[in-house]
Amino acid sequence: MGNRTMIALQTLWIKECTRFLRIWIQTLVPPAITMSLYFVIFGNLIGSRIGQMGGFSYMEFIVPGLIMMAVITNSYSNVSSSFYSAKFQHNIEELLVAPIPNWVIIAGFVGGGVARAILIGIIVTCVSMLFVDISLHSIPIIIITLLLTSILFATAGLINAIFAKSFDDISVVPTFVLTPLTYLGGVFYSLTLLPEFWQWVSKINPIVYMVNGFRYGFLGVSDVDYMYSLGLLVVFNVVLLGFAYSLINRGVGIRS
Amino acid sequence: MNALNIKGLTKVYKGGTRALNGINLEVKQGDFFALLGPNGAGKSTTIGIISSLVNKTSGSADIFEYSLDAQPVEAKSCIGLVPQEFNFNQFETLTQIVVNQAGYYGVPRNVAKERAEKYLKQLDLWEKRNQPARNLSGGMKRRLMIARALMHEPRMLILDEPTAGVDIEIRRSMWTFLKEINEQGITIILTTHYLEEAEMLCRNIAIIDKGVIVQNTSMKSLLATLNIETFIFDLAGEHQNIALSGFEYRLLDVHTLEVDVAKEESLNNVFEQLSSQQIQVLSMRNKSNRLEELFVRLVESGRAELANSEQKKKELANG
Repeated sequence: MGNRTMIALQTLWIKECTRFLRIWIQTLVPPAITMSLYFVIFGNLIGSRIGQMGGFSYMEFIVPGLIMMAVITNSYSNVSSSFYSAKFQHNIEELLVAPIPNWVIIAGFVGGGVARAILIGIIVTCVSMLFVDISLHSIPIIIITLLLTSILFATAGLINAIFAKSFDDISVVPTFVLTPLTYLGGVFYSLTLLPEFWQWVSKINPIVYMVNGFRYGFLGVSDVDYMYSLGLLVVFNVVLLGFAYSLINRGVGIRS
Repeated sequence: MNALNIKGLTKVYKGGTRALNGINLEVKQGDFFALLGPNGAGKSTTIGIISSLVNKTSGSADIFEYSLDAQPVEAKSCIGLVPQEFNFNQFETLTQIVVNQAGYYGVPRNVAKERAEKYLKQLDLWEKRNQPARNLSGGMKRRLMIARALMHEPRMLILDEPTAGVDIEIRRSMWTFLKEINEQGITIILTTHYLEEAEMLCRNIAIIDKGVIVQNTSMKSLLATLNIETFIFDLAGEHQNIALSGFEYRLLDVHTLEVDVAKEESLNNVFEQLSSQQIQVLSMRNKSNRLEELFVRLVESGRAELANSEQKKKELANG
């Protein structure tokens, strides 16, 4: 990679990070407040009556899922809103006229989404430590799952923004697809509590693998094989990144 | 060397609109070149293709001998674009906008900051450098777009309606600035609706209409084709009867006289005849911009030719 390309990538990534840090009240504070409420209501008030789940207190059990939920929604919404705003205000043209390879455009925007997701992940983890002692079973698995998941959903947000023609279009997927899949992805319960048929149905939901892979990293327990989870994440990433590259290369949604 | 060499450039948009119809165009290095045409003629599409914002249907474009298809990085590095619409992030500060743009072209951050100071100062924007761009006036936003386009020090600057909506004082200061950077060797391609601007700044000109280049020549030789100019004379006192021999003229009101002067005739003759009738001229001006007259004439004749050829085609088809 040439020095010029590196400078371009660095510039775009810094610009993306500056964007979400500039509006920190909109981007960083809400997840912290929402997750605090989850911990208070589901962890303390309701969780104390539920008892143990998977050999851990309910509060300990839901922490990895809640962190993952914040990571998923923030990596997705960061890129979808940033890229669509750039399209809407036409400042995407600043990138299109410059001698930047298309992969740098993808890496810059996705990198911004990943940075926000990691920061949110750290914030939510810190918030959760106010309520429960967190155990760490495998830090490498936590880091790998966090990175692969945030890259995946940041790329999905980018693809959504490429096709979006209005601000409504970038809110449809998070509201009608992402949120239901996340809530049904084993954040608040173990799949073993479900009847066999619904366990099978749940395993069609890709978010189940991300939540469980992440939970394995923290607690060492998972409803699915963590290696299988990581493998699926890699496959999904390759497919979505390849699709995003093909779209940007053909100028879909950005060149007439 | 040509700064721009376009061959057989065609663009057909989805839905079948043919914006460009195989145009050929050459712009010499160091030129100040005007690309004029009515709305929807194909100017913005041409600029869009050169600056990689629009995908072409066929044809080729070389920038300083770099093929836009085969050597896009080298070709794009030579171009600075000032688009018609404000397309910067309104929430970023001026410094962020220009420094980031330099970064996209691979300019190191410390160099970019030095250049930001240079160009923001040259364009009278330095005082506003830490303000968000949305706080700027229309004229300042236009100048910011020029500063941004210059940050990677391009060899060719493309300006699409750079002075649209700015007051005459700022427009004139922008003209001076553009003349200066052209004298320093930067090739400039300009599209504008202010034909006075093109006449004042540009050495060569192409007129495009309905996706076809209808005229491509030097400004001097184009203006030389104008046979008659109309002048308006503001007269001292009131005059009901004025006689001018050898000229077509009209008395618009008791203070204003309009005279058509052919290229081979002298204006002195008009002044002499008015003077002999004890008529004092307070001021004199062109009725309309000279280029404007030619522009309208060329576009109209081009359209008439097109209509004729379509009519002939229809007649042939009907047997």
